[in-house]
Amino acid sequence: MCGIVGIYLKNEKLNNSLGSLLAEMLINMGSRGPDSAGFAIYNEENGEKLKYSICINDTDYENFKKELSEHFDDADIKKNSDHIILKTKKRANDVLKILKDHFKNTSLVGYGKSIEIFKQVGSPHDVVKKFNLNNYSGTHAIGHTRMATESAITTDGSHPYSTGEDECLVHNGSLSNHNNLRRKLKKNGINFDSENDTEVAAGYISNHLANKKNLKETLNDGLRDLDGFYTFITGTRNGFAVLRDEIACKPAVIAETKDYVAIASEFQAMAHLPGVNDAKIFEPEPGVVYSWGS
Amino acid sequence: MELDLKKLKLRNVNEKLQNLDRKKNERDFTIINPEGNHAVCAGLNKEMNVTIKGHVGYYCAGMNQKANITIEGNVGTGVAENMMSGKVHVKGNASQSAGATAHGGLLVIDGDASSRCGISMKGVDIIVKGSVGHMSGFMSQSGNLIVCGNAGEALGDSLYETNIYIRGKVKSLGADCIEKKMDKKHLNKLKKFLKDAEIKNFKAESFKRYGSARKLYNFKIDNSY
Repeated sequence: MCGIVGIYLKNEKLNNSLGSLLAEMLINMGSRGPDSAGFAIYNEENGEKLKYSICINDTDYENFKKELSEHFDDADIKKNSDHIILKTKKRANDVLKILKDHFKNTSLVGYGKSIEIFKQVGSPHDVVKKFNLNNYSGTHAIGHTRMATESAITTDGSHPYSTGEDECLVHNGSLSNHNNLRRKLKKNGINFDSENDTEVAAGYISNHLANKKNLKETLNDGLRDLDGFYTFITGTRNGFAVLRDEIACKPAVIAETKDYVAIASEFQAMAHLPGVNDAKIFEPEPGVVYSWGS
Repeated sequence: MELDLKKLKLRNVNEKLQNLDRKKNERDFTIINPEGNHAVCAGLNKEMNVTIKGHVGYYCAGMNQKANITIEGNVGTGVAENMMSGKVHVKGNASQSAGATAHGGLLVIDGDASSRCGISMKGVDIIVKGSVGHMSGFMSQSGNLIVCGNAGEALGDSLYETNIYIRGKVKSLGADCIEKKMDKKHLNKLKKFLKDAEIKNFKAESFKRYGSARKLYNFKIDNSY
């Protein structure tokens, strides 16, 4: 099963309520995915620093902060439950290397100028509360509630998966050729942290984007290369894109008003959104890439 | 009588409608604030009129018998699935598998229906004023599927004895589904359906009829006892 949700704001006045709008969507989709939940919030910041979302698990925060500061001369660290947001000018490869060499119990869940990702095991209701999603503001956000099928209930197995700078992916469905694809992508230098099928799709997307394909081309190629059932939402710095496989077994419904575009696995996840009963409501057609803002 | 799903539990609302007190002369109900709930008005089995004001989730009006249910909004997967009799009228769009396995009654959808509309239908009549998605009428056995707009890929795949009438374009026909001659008897039947659904702007003559080539059957009618 699994539930996926996303909201892209067209009206800046709603930016401050982005977190609370998404929180309700995620909690409602707990019925489709009670095992873990996660979300990516986009809130662009000025300056040259990148934001790194890092899950520190049960590592002692004060020690971690102290040790981390030894490796960064410009580190700005903010804690949110068992995740931290590290702001630094250092590039992704350098940060990944530092984390790998010195902080084994942590994982980088995403990075970019705009994106912040939080994900953890537990019911969506608890995860939303734990990370205080209600207090977040931003321009757009996507989220996921997981009912684990092909791999274990772990933080690494939770969505969203980061696919590159300011890019992430959530997935409802299952891929059948992920083992083959993972082997191929590993040869191209893509790293994987889990046995999860969605992580492979995420790796596939970053590999394509790194080869200078745009998101639309990438997703269209995905129709050919990814075998299985899926509804994907791919978040980018400026918006998000939606793709359903050509059989369209996995649901998705979109509601668009002059103020926002929202997508969810089921309409009930959007029933609380302002003016949704007068929105243009439709299902994305199978095998067609839809995108907003990007 | 107005039933507010913001105040009442869905289970209580369904229970009330499923166990209608026949001695009371109450046959008209309005449900407000459905908020995408699943299985609204499932399993009704007496004559009554229910209007749902808003969008609903999955399996709305499932297993319906005798009741006349109108949805003033969109419906999720499997509206009127396994309906036996009565009428279900969707004023918005329907998601996939509308009217799945339904044995009887009438399902009218004013907007579009997505994939697998009328899958395995067993005698229901379905009228879609918009278009239907891929694999509509898949393995459908009996009844009529009437579409004023277009049909997606693999229309009527592996169908048995359902009559399919499409006014617009058919992207492709499924296995064993062929275009068939529109006889006078079909035309007259179709005219009646269009009249009942109050469709005045389309003439029955502008539709094409599709049905089974009867080559995929596991049995031959000649062999039956």
